[in-house]
Order: sequence, then structure tokens, then C-alpha cells
Amino acid sequence: MALLRISSPHTHRALGTGAVMRTVVLATLPGLAVLTYFFGVGSLHNVLLASITAMGFEAAVMKLRGRPVWFYLRDCSALVTGVLLGLALPPYCPWWLVVLGSGVAIVLAKQLYGGMGFNPFNPAMVAYVVLLISFPLHMSQWAAPLDIGGQTPGVVQALQQIWLGTSIDGYTAATPLDTVKQNSGLMLNDLYLQDPVLSAGQFVGAGWEWANLAFLVGGAYLLYRRIFTWHAPVAMLASLSIMAFLFYDGGSSTSGGSVLFHLFSGATMLGAFFIVTDPVSSAVSTRGRLIYGAAIGVLIYVIRIWGNYPDGIAFAVLLMNFAAPFIDYYTLPRTYGHKKSERATRKVDQ
Amino acid sequence: MELIKVWDIPGGVHPPENKTQSLLEPLGPLAIAPQLILPVSQHIGAPAKPIVEVGDQVLGGQVIAEADGVFSANVHAPTSGRIAAIVEHTVPHPSGMTDLCIILDTDGKDDWTPLSPWEDYAERNKDDLLARIRESGIAGLGGAGFPAAVKLNPRANHPIDTLIINGTECEPYITADDVLMRERAQEVIAGTQILAQLLNQPERVVIGVEDNKPEAIAALRKAAEGSAIQVVSFPTKYPSGGEKQLIQILTGREVPAGQIPAAIGVVCQNVGTTAAIYRAVRFGEPLVKRITTVVGEALQTQRNIEVLFGTPVNFVLEQHGYQHKKASRLVMGGPMMGFSLPDLSVPVVKTTNCLLAPSKKELPPPEPAMACIRCGMCAEACPVELLPQQLFWYAQAEDLEKLETHNLFDCIECGACSYVCPSHIPLVQYYRAAKGEIRQHRIDKEKSDRSRRRFEFRQDRIAKEEAEKEAKRLARKKAAEEAKKKLAEQKANTPAEPKPAAVSTQDTDKQRAKLERLLASAHERLKKAEQPLAEEATDEQAEKQAASIKQAQLKVSDAQKKLDAFIASQGENNRQASSTEANDPVAAAIERAKAKQTMSPEEKLRNSVESLQKRLQKAEQKVIEAKDNKPDMVEALQQGVDKLKDKLSAAQNELAELTPAAAAPATPANATPDVAQAAIERAKAKLAMSPEEKLRSSLESLYKRLEKAEQKAAGAKQEDSDKAEALQQGVERLKEKIASTQKELAEATLSTVAEETPQDPATSDAASLAIEKAKAKAAAMATMSASDKLRNQVDSLQARLEKAQARLEKAEQENDDNIDAFRTGVSKLEEKLATARDQLAELT
Ligand code: SF4
Ligand code: SF4
Repeated sequence: MALLRISSPHTHRALGTGAVMRTVVLATLPGLAVLTYFFGVGSLHNVLLASITAMGFEAAVMKLRGRPVWFYLRDCSALVTGVLLGLALPPYCPWWLVVLGSGVAIVLAKQLYGGMGFNPFNPAMVAYVVLLISFPLHMSQWAAPLDIGGQTPGVVQALQQIWLGTSIDGYTAATPLDTVKQNSGLMLNDLYLQDPVLSAGQFVGAGWEWANLAFLVGGAYLLYRRIFTWHAPVAMLASLSIMAFLFYDGGSSTSGGSVLFHLFSGATMLGAFFIVTDPVSSAVSTRGRLIYGAAIGVLIYVIRIWGNYPDGIAFAVLLMNFAAPFIDYYTLPRTYGHKKSERATRKVDQ
Repeated sequence: MELIKVWDIPGGVHPPENKTQSLLEPLGPLAIAPQLILPVSQHIGAPAKPIVEVGDQVLGGQVIAEADGVFSANVHAPTSGRIAAIVEHTVPHPSGMTDLCIILDTDGKDDWTPLSPWEDYAERNKDDLLARIRESGIAGLGGAGFPAAVKLNPRANHPIDTLIINGTECEPYITADDVLMRERAQEVIAGTQILAQLLNQPERVVIGVEDNKPEAIAALRKAAEGSAIQVVSFPTKYPSGGEKQLIQILTGREVPAGQIPAAIGVVCQNVGTTAAIYRAVRFGEPLVKRITTVVGEALQTQRNIEVLFGTPVNFVLEQHGYQHKKASRLVMGGPMMGFSLPDLSVPVVKTTNCLLAPSKKELPPPEPAMACIRCGMCAEACPVELLPQQLFWYAQAEDLEKLETHNLFDCIECGACSYVCPSHIPLVQYYRAAKGEIRQHRIDKEKSDRSRRRFEFRQDRIAKEEAEKEAKRLARKKAAEEAKKKLAEQKANTPAEPKPAAVSTQDTDKQRAKLERLLASAHERLKKAEQPLAEEATDEQAEKQAASIKQAQLKVSDAQKKLDAFIASQGENNRQASSTEANDPVAAAIERAKAKQTMSPEEKLRNSVESLQKRLQKAEQKVIEAKDNKPDMVEALQQGVDKLKDKLSAAQNELAELTPAAAAPATPANATPDVAQAAIERAKAKLAMSPEEKLRSSLESLYKRLEKAEQKAAGAKQEDSDKAEALQQGVERLKEKIASTQKELAEATLSTVAEETPQDPATSDAASLAIEKAKAKAAAMATMSASDKLRNQVDSLQARLEKAQARLEKAEQENDDNIDAFRTGVSKLEEKLATARDQLAELT
């Protein structure tokens, strides 16, 4: 390309990539606080460990690639990846699981593809899925929320569990999604009465509903700050709601849970506002993002209800990451002065 | 006030407006600068042609450069003074390029040519109005500088139903139009009415103003009271002032891609242009000044000024307390679409709506670009709904095809995408560069298409010519055979009829004519055979040529003999018949032949000059092409060109020498060796030359083939064709062959030089670079000892012999009809080798 000179525009909006990323991290804090409140220091520890190691891996790779380390750390994208991974991992999981996860996310899923902006898959989700497949046992033990366990593990206990492997007794409990999935032939109403996690909650399940609500707040803040557009998250939440609505039969034993249940359990809100909105690995145009988000919503429901894993966010997102370029091909916007939108696959007469 | 519907445009951004600082002070005049620099091209289209001379005294308002056609605009002297120079000078352009400028030394008197005001302009007819607008040099003051009269004269198939006057001024900082609308609303309205009149009173006449200029809107509304003009305000958003965007906002229509607004019945003019049109029509004032915003924290005074075109930017800045150290850059135009000036000596021109001298705090230097995070903010901001991030991606990958499918050419370069990009990517710069590249690509493509077509035509033509020649040859052959038959019959008849006088003179004439024709055609063929081989010739063809020369010789001598015999036999008859008539044709034929003979060297030279010229042309073209794509070959090619030029001039000299000689009535001695003999001599000379010549032409043809092969290989490589490898191999093989041919040629020349065979300049016109090389070698050889020379010679002869034998073998296998020629070649070489060996033996 020709030599680039200072040219128009000469003015620039103040928001930079680093600022965007820091805002995203900021927006996760309410969710993190709620998780810590209900489930103890496990999540907080995860987040800290994952972000530090993620930045460490990023710095190491940059050094190896002979790039200016600080310039690239400054965009804070590794920090975001670390934070999101930490939030997704079960609290009190062993330290090596976290380190391995951030290594996979940064080195494998991001830098090997060329680094920031070039990774086709969401790094945190790649790491999550790799860990889930490799260590299913560790990955499916979620801590019991405060309301039913009485007490969350103390800091010392937690550190012992995480770093030394001395397990805490009975700190785990099934998540609402697990419970509904293995509902042992009960009607949903009975299930709600019987299961402690469900019955202790206000409308979905103890702890989880608040965590989701907190992530929703964070997401709303990001929308307000125009960090991303509403299209993908809203499409995802809408399609998930529609699926839940269509297949909810009022609470039979085979029912999949109400719309509210799906919206506020598992990692729905975290996924909708912090994962699905990851710009790098999603579709690019407005229409594309609507399709992308909606497809993820449908996939989440399908995996939750008919799949083998309790929650399907990570799989759904990765599947749609695959499809994103394809979506892009068919959703070019109609440009001013053109009758209809072009297909990116059209050949021009050269 | 009726409610007027406005549409929204997609995207857009809201940069800080920064419009107040320049509005604090009133519109001010500016002193006349001591020197004005007036570019002849301040508009889109053909540059105006200067019509003044250096030293001329001019008055204000006088035309100093005339419009060159419709897409052009006059340039007027903004004040009185003396033309100091007409030179190339830096002009306001993003590239910092120079252009022809008329430099005017002002005299401060500001004397003007008398203007002719039109009180009754409303009654004037359309053509007069248009002519007046055109003469006044009015070009769009808004942005691009489109000659105003062109827009006002839409094609008949574009009925105009909407006239839009653009008072949007959406760029931050700029308030020039705002001030104009506030202070001269009357002029704007009156101008609008003129435009409406010119466009046959369109249904809608709208002045569009962003809602951040309430004073301007109020002033316009007041001035427009009672007229059909609507003053429409709409929400402020950048870039609603773009012509296409404004049309969309006010009409909901979109200008189809690649077309002009008139195609959807809209004409759009800037408010400044409109006011200027009014002044031109009403008062006869040419366009020599404009309102410009001078703004930025690096200035002590920020305001709007009315400034003469040609005023140097540094003069303007000086008058406003410009602090160079404080300025981060200097921008002509607004911060979104303006360009930074490379140099402060550039003048204010028709399109200069703003001079922005921001401090470093105001517009800090651009931050380093980071990777695109595909956040999509750019796509959201784009007013024409492109996908800037994808365009950026493809621009980086230089995927020109994808750029076009993503409608790169619909980008209006508004800069909204770069403005929002959190990674600070200078997107617009990439688009500009990519657009330039695609345009270049298109031009190149066009060029190569044209040359390909030319080449195909040429091939066709050559094929056709060949076919025609062949047909003629066949016809001649047939004729000759018939003539032979007849002659034989005659011969058979002659003894039977001892009194040939019985044969009517008519018959004899016919016969003689026939024989003459035969001779002439034989000559013709000989000449043709002698002509240097066509470019496409291969070794085989060269050999064939030698064979055909021989045949032609035989034929010529045959024909000559026959003619002689005939004349001899006729001689007696003639004497008896003492018929001068019968003698005439013979004499004529002889004359003709003689003429031909005297002509031929000249003709030959002319031919060779012509061919040299052609080759020179080709070579020069090649050099030019090489300069574009094969810089490392340029030098070699240039050398070739130089040599060709030398040769050409030598040949031309010779020709010049020859021509007068030929022109002077050559005294054809009776003892002129007969024509055929001369031809045979020439042919022999040619034959002696032939191995070298052959090599040379084959070398040439090899070069040609190599070039073609290389092209093909490159093409295949580009298309990733699986043939690429095979083609590449072919290229290698050709290269080898060329190398070996070159060697052979060098040797051949060497042996010629060694044998001191004089080189006939006329016949060696096919000489090439290789000869020079060979000569150099020969010079080197001259310093060698005799025995070394001989040894070398023996070696080279051996090599040649080997090759010749190989060829012979091949020919034998393929039962080639040139076997004989090969055989004689081999035996000759063997002889030569033997003598060389003997000599060597004697020496050592
Ligand atoms: S705004 Fe910049 S970083 Fe974001 S998608 Fe566009 S080019 Fe990429
Ligand atoms: S510069 Fe081009 S791509 Fe960027 S916003 Fe403007 S029109 Fe769209």
C-alpha cells in the first residue's frame, strides 16, 4: 500500500481499544461481586489467577514474537479473556486448571491465529471447552450458594483446596440447570419445592438469579456506553426466550423450564453480554449480528435440553464462530445507491 | 410554516462542533496580499488556459486564464497588478503537488474593469444567464469545485423536479456558510431564484440547513418569505452535508451508484455558489473571492474573512497571529475531510472553505494504530452502509476484487469510520490508497487488453498476408509452367519451321513478354528470398531460406538463359524484319532491369532503414514497459536501443549518400553485367553470410519465444495453474538454447572476423547485440597468440560440427527435406576443421 500520511479525519473520538476493554472488565464487576457473595472467594480467585496468567502468557508470546510487549498489553484484550475465563470456571477448581485454561486461551486460541483481531474463535470459550472435555469431573462441580449451604468456604480453606488439593467437604451442589435436567420424573413445581437450590431462590434459583441479574446490569451499562451494539445479545436472549416459550408446557416432568428460568440460570447473561458480544469472533454487519445472536440462542436451548452438557453457551458460541464468516457473506448491508445488497461472493468483472 | 418531512441517514457521528470560536468576531475583510498565486485549475475538469503574458498589467475582474471547454472555468484577476510569472507552484492538494499558477504582483490600487450589471436579470433568457455564469468562472464553493454552469444545464432526459441548496455545513469548525447565510440571506435567496429559473422552476426548491444554525435559518426564512423556497432544518449529524446524504435527508431518494443527482431529478448547489451566481448575474462580478473560516487555537484571532483567491495561506495566517510552534498541523478544510498542507505558501482557492490551525491539544497527532478488533463501530458510523472493517481487511490483503464487491467506490471518504475506530486505524487512508490502486489496475488492464488486441490483429494480418503470398506464388508457378510448356512447344516448332518470320510479331512480342515476366518474377523471388527472415523464423526456416535462395538463383539464371536464347534467335529475325518494334520490348526490359539494378542497393537500404526504425520503435516501447515492471532490465534494453539508433543513423547516412547518386542519371554502361548475374552475386554474398545470419535470426526468434514463454509462465503462476511448472521448464530450456545459440553466434562472428571477411553493412542489418559482444571477444582474441587463436577456432569448429551432426542425424530420422543442406554444412565444417587442425599442427 502507498505510504500513509497524516490525513483526514484529523479529529478522533476519545474511545480507544484499551478503554473499550477496560470498560468491559469494569462491567463484569457487579457479576463478580454477586458470585463472590453467594459462592465465596472461589470465583474471585479464579478471575485473579486467570487474568494474571493470561497477561503473563500474552507478554511471553509477544516477547517471543519480538513485538513491543507493553504496546500489546495495553489493549487489555488478554485481561478481558482472563476475566471471562475466570468467571466461567467453577469456583474452587484446582489452580492448574485455571492456568491451563488461560494458556490454552491465549496461546492456542488467540496468538497462534495471529493475535488480537485474528482469532476466529472466542479464546475464553475455546479454553472452557477444552477443559470441559478433558476434565469433565473438575469442571462440573459448582459450589453451593450461600442460601443453602449456610456458609461459603473460608479463604484459608479455599486456598488449601485450590493450591493443595485438600478438598472441602460438601461445598458443591447441583446447579439449577443440572437439577432441572435430571429432574427424576418430577413435575417442575414439585422440583422447586424439593430441591434446595431451586426452592431457596426468589424466581429461578438461589444465587444464580442474582448473578445473572448483575451481569445484565453490567451489559446494560456497556450498551449505554455504546461499547457494542444491542443486536447480538438481544437477538440471543430473544431466541432463547422464544425457544423456552415454545417448549414450555407449563411444568411437566419433561418440560425444559420457563422462559424466566432460562434467562436467569446458568451463564445466560454472562454469555449474552460478554461472550456473544465479543466482536472479533462474531459476524460483522448489523444483520449478521442479529442472525449470529439468534442462532446462538437457539443452540443454547437445544444443548441445554437435548444435549449432554448442562449448559451450552460455550458450545453454541464456538459453533457460531465457525459460521460467522459464512453469515458475513450473505449479510452485506445494502450500500447507498445500490438496489440490493451484494453478495460478497459475487465476482467482479476484472 | 408547513411541516416538512425529513429522512434520516444511516450511521453518522457527532464530533464536537467547535463552531462558536470563529463566530465571536464579525466577518472581516482581509488586506490585499502583495502577491497572489492563482492556479489555473481551481475546479474539477480541464485546467484553464492562461491568456496573459508575463509583464502584462491587469485589472481586477479581467480574465487571465480562459476556460478550456465546458468542464472548465475562467480564472479572473482578483485585483489590479502586474503578471509576475506563469510557473509551476505548489497548489492546495493532499499530495502537495505543483500545478501551473499565474503569479500576480498586486499594486494595491484595486482598479477594476468596468462591470456590466443586469438590473433586469429576471427577464434574461436561459442561455444568456448560463453564459454569464460560465464566464464568471463559478465553480462549486462547497467541496469539489464542480463548474456550476454544467450542473445547471442538465440533460434533457433528466427532468429536474427538486432544487436543493446545501447550507448544511456539517464539518466541525467551519462557519463560512453560516456567516454567509446570516449576513447575505437575500443574496442566497435571490441566487436560488435564478437557479430555479434556470431549471424551469422545479416543483420543490429547498434550502437545507442543520439545526445547529438557528440564526442562519431565521435569516433565510425571513428572506424567503413570499417565495416558494422552503428552508428546511434537520438534526445535526456528520456527514449530512454530503451531497448524496443531503439528497437522502430531504427527498428520501438515493442517487444510484455511479450516477449523478440529476438522474433522480435533483440538482444540488452550495449556498456560497448560489450567492456567487447571484452576484455574477446581477452585478457581473466574476468569482474572485470567498468567505473562509480561519480558526484554531494556534491563532490569536479566529474569525471568518472574505479573502481574494490566490492569497497565500501564510499571509492569511500572519494576519491572524499564527503561532507556528503551537500548531499541530495546518489543515485546509474541516477536521473530518480536510487535508493537511505540506507547505504554507499555497494559495486560497475557490474550494477553500476553512483554514484550520489547531494546537496540539486540540487535534493531537494520531495515535498508533492497533489491530482491528472487529467491533463494528465503523460499520455503524458509515453513512453509506459499507463494512469499513471488511474493506480495511481486504485493503490490507490487497484483495482488489473483494474491495470492489464490497463497494469500495461508494465510500465518500467522510472519515466517520476512522473517527470512531477505537483502534485508531486510519481507515480512510487505506481506502484512498486502495482506490488509487484499483484505478491504476483498471488502466493497466485496459492497456494490456489493447496491446493484446493489437497483437491478435497483427497475427491475423500476417497470416492473411502469408496466405495471399502463397496463393500468388502458386499462380506464378502455374504461369511459369505454362510458359515453359509453350516455349518447349515453340522450340519444337522452330526447327520445323525455319522461317520464324512467319511467326507474327504479335506472337514474338507475347513470347518475349512472357519470358520477361518469367525473369522478373524470378528476380522477385530471389529478392524475397534474400530478404531477412521474418521475426518468427526458426533455424529450420533459416535453412529453408538458404535452399529457396539457391532455387531462386537457378530459376533466375534459367530464365535469363532462355531470354538470351530467345533474343538471340529473334535477333536474326529482327535483322531480317528490321523491325524496330520487335527490338523495343527487349530494350525496354533491359532498361528496366538496369534500372532495377541501380535502384536495388538504395531500395535495400531503405528497407533496412525501415526495418531498423521498426525495431527501434519496438525496442523503445520495451524499454518503457520494462521501466514499469522490470527495472533491472532497463539498462540492457536501453543499450540495445542506443545501438539500434546508431545503426539507424548509419544506414540513413548511407541512404542519403546513395540517393543523389541514384537520382543522377546513372550511366548504364552497355557492358553492365547482366541483371541475373548481379543477383546471383548478391545471393552468393548472402549465402556466405548465412550461417551467422541464420544464427542471429534464430537467436532473435528465440528471444521472442522466451519472452512469450516467460509471460505465459508468469500468467500461469499467477493463476496458480498446474501448467506453471511445465511452462517454467520450457522457459529454462529456451534460456539454455539461447545461451548456446549466443555462443555459436559469437563463434561464427569470430570466425568471420578471423577470416577477415568484409561485412556488408547492407546485409548485416539483422545484426544484434551479440555481434558487439563477439567483436569484443575478437578484439581480445587479437591479442592472443596465433596458436591460441587457432586452438580456439578448432574448439569452436568442433563444437559446431558436433551440433551440425546432431542436427543432421535428427533430420535423417525425420526425413527432413533439408537433409542435403545439413549434409553440405557438415562436410564444410569438417573441411574447415581439418584445415584448421593442419594449420595448428604446422604452427606447433
Ligand atoms: S472501528 Fe476500527 S477496530 Fe472497530 S471494526 Fe472498525 S476498523 Fe475494526
Ligand atoms: S469514509 Fe467511507 S467507509 Fe468510512 S464511514 Fe465514510 S463512507 Fe463509510
